[in-house]
Amino acid sequence: MKYLSEYRDPVLAQKVIENIKKISHTPVNLMEVCGTHTVTISKNGIRQVMPKTVTLLSGPGCPVCVTANEDIDKTIWLARQPGVILATFGDMMKVPSSYSNLSAEKAEGVDIRVVYSTLDALQVADDNPDKKVIFFGVGFETTSPTIALSILEARKRKLKNYSVLARHKLIPPAMAALLSLGEVKLHGFICPGHVSTIIGSKPYEFIAEEHGIPCVISGFEPLDVLQTIYMLVRQAENGEARVEVQYKRSVRPEGNTTALKILDEVFEVCDADWRGIGIIPNSGFKLKEEYSDFDADKIFDVDVPPPKDDPPGCSCGEILRGVKFPYQCKLFGKACTPERPIGPCMVSSEGACAAYYRYGTG
Amino acid sequence: MVKNEKILLAHGSGGKLMHDLVSQIFLKKFHNPILAKLDDMAMFKLGEANLAFTTDTYVVNPLFFNGGDIGRLAICGTVNDLAVSGAMPKYISAAFVIEEGFPLSDLEKILDSMVKAAEEAGVIVVTGDTKVVEKGGADKLFINTAGVGIIPEGINISGSNALVGDKVILSGSIGDHGIAVISQREGLEFKTQIKSDCAPLNHLIAEMLQVTRAIRCLRDPTRGGLASTLNEFVTQSNVGIFIEEQKVPIKEEVLGACEMLGYDPFHVANEGKLVAIVDPKDADEVIRVMQRNKYGKGAQIIGEVIPNPRGKVIIKTAVGATRILDMLVGEQLPRIC
Repeated sequence: MKYLSEYRDPVLAQKVIENIKKISHTPVNLMEVCGTHTVTISKNGIRQVMPKTVTLLSGPGCPVCVTANEDIDKTIWLARQPGVILATFGDMMKVPSSYSNLSAEKAEGVDIRVVYSTLDALQVADDNPDKKVIFFGVGFETTSPTIALSILEARKRKLKNYSVLARHKLIPPAMAALLSLGEVKLHGFICPGHVSTIIGSKPYEFIAEEHGIPCVISGFEPLDVLQTIYMLVRQAENGEARVEVQYKRSVRPEGNTTALKILDEVFEVCDADWRGIGIIPNSGFKLKEEYSDFDADKIFDVDVPPPKDDPPGCSCGEILRGVKFPYQCKLFGKACTPERPIGPCMVSSEGACAAYYRYGTG
Repeated sequence: MVKNEKILLAHGSGGKLMHDLVSQIFLKKFHNPILAKLDDMAMFKLGEANLAFTTDTYVVNPLFFNGGDIGRLAICGTVNDLAVSGAMPKYISAAFVIEEGFPLSDLEKILDSMVKAAEEAGVIVVTGDTKVVEKGGADKLFINTAGVGIIPEGINISGSNALVGDKVILSGSIGDHGIAVISQREGLEFKTQIKSDCAPLNHLIAEMLQVTRAIRCLRDPTRGGLASTLNEFVTQSNVGIFIEEQKVPIKEEVLGACEMLGYDPFHVANEGKLVAIVDPKDADEVIRVMQRNKYGKGAQIIGEVIPNPRGKVIIKTAVGATRILDMLVGEQLPRIC
């Protein structure tokens, strides 16, 4: 693996920091909407080296954190059904739902398998023909193509016991929803590099054009993020609002057309429920009618009680909307730590609270 | 510890939970001044001799990995736990818990590897035990080894000896062992050339002690990685440590794998590396001697002991900011040693 240390060069980093300081005069709030950026910023202490005029906020960038209580309740209900095996990515295991979490269910004997890819989930289905294997599909545009692919593959293999509970989310509509809420004044978005590798740069254009907010698609190394901040500050200072790509080594304007084609084949856009935000129109994926044989929502008649609100005192909702910093939550670091998390933002390693806790609040 | 709490895998990961378990449960039950030091080995006088005594159990999965196997690990791990006290490791015991159905040929391979590692380290396996459990009663093979060694006169190494101004030396790149094992784990196989660094460090340490007997702290950063070892030093010595991230060697491949898996290389296990805290006047000569040994080629100064903040490890990042380098919280991956 090459091209990592180049993006961590301290001398170059210093130069970019100096350049940001040179051009930044008006205070700006910049928001990252990707958990990996949250970690890069915290881990490298990027907030510390910013001039007073640049404030970095974390948004709804962690797919685990934005999954609604009710959706995890439904997943648990499905997992408990006789003859069902639930397959999930590992980071969903400890996320609290209204009444339980997957980890606790597994300890109670519910058949839940952690997989590293959807193909592993297909394998589980192949190996257990007498069981119904349900994959809990969460994540942004980065993971949804792999899930779409698993459905196409299941159809090809004529697997009758594989289905997906699709709870995929789309990032650009969530960014627009945050702007419409108007709770925080934003001056720029640090846009996710991996998501944009799939969707390209065009889906952000309405944010720049209609909302007047600069967008820069960023890589994940410290130098990538610093350069992105420089580009956003430059746009803001010049009174511009357009979509720029800093992460040119991976992102093409049209995205990954193969992946997009697969997404379009299997999924259609729907409204989605985001933790802390609520229903955002056109911000999720559901399976198209012709794939309803693989749609857990259609196959099973899920019956769960209404979801409970977040635990008392938990500020995950406000933190996901960038209204509060994690350390402004009264549970942060006291009642709520990565060892004993209360809210989802402390569970996932890419959650804002976990990043602030692990790497300091500076 | 909370009542009715159960043991989690994270209790064995070398991080915060394990430290809580050891100090709040084990230490309370077995309370005595030798154990209370919480070094990697016990040190005591028996007759005229200063002895170091240690034990460790190996449950690595898979049993064979790039750069080593459970047998080499079982010898090297115990040899290293003795050697970091300044002791010359002498005699080893080996106990085997074998699952019914385990191939004899694999057992022989593992024993050959133990013999080879013991020869390299200059120790002898003098006693042992074998237990076979029914299928499912254990996963293939677990090995326990214990070892004794003699501590030469005038040596006083402990995690509690660090003084402000001392230099922190690391013997080479971090994270190799953890990544080598993880990359071959079932369900997570990805191609990597990374080899485990699993090695006996007693000769390297003996050479360092010839430069100066005043090596203050010495430890091999195994489970919990470099971050846990440095945090143990600052807690035991009631000082702070300042590290420069850029000076800590990490192979590009380890870095890449860590990115992919979401791990911090500072928390990934090593099995053939050591961290030493030495008087600044001895540091250059210690480094020079270390670099001549094949297990210390990458030795360099990565930071120093500072007065404040007490009990904290501070790391200077690539962008020139500083942050706290905390112990591993939760589990990374179980059964890497």
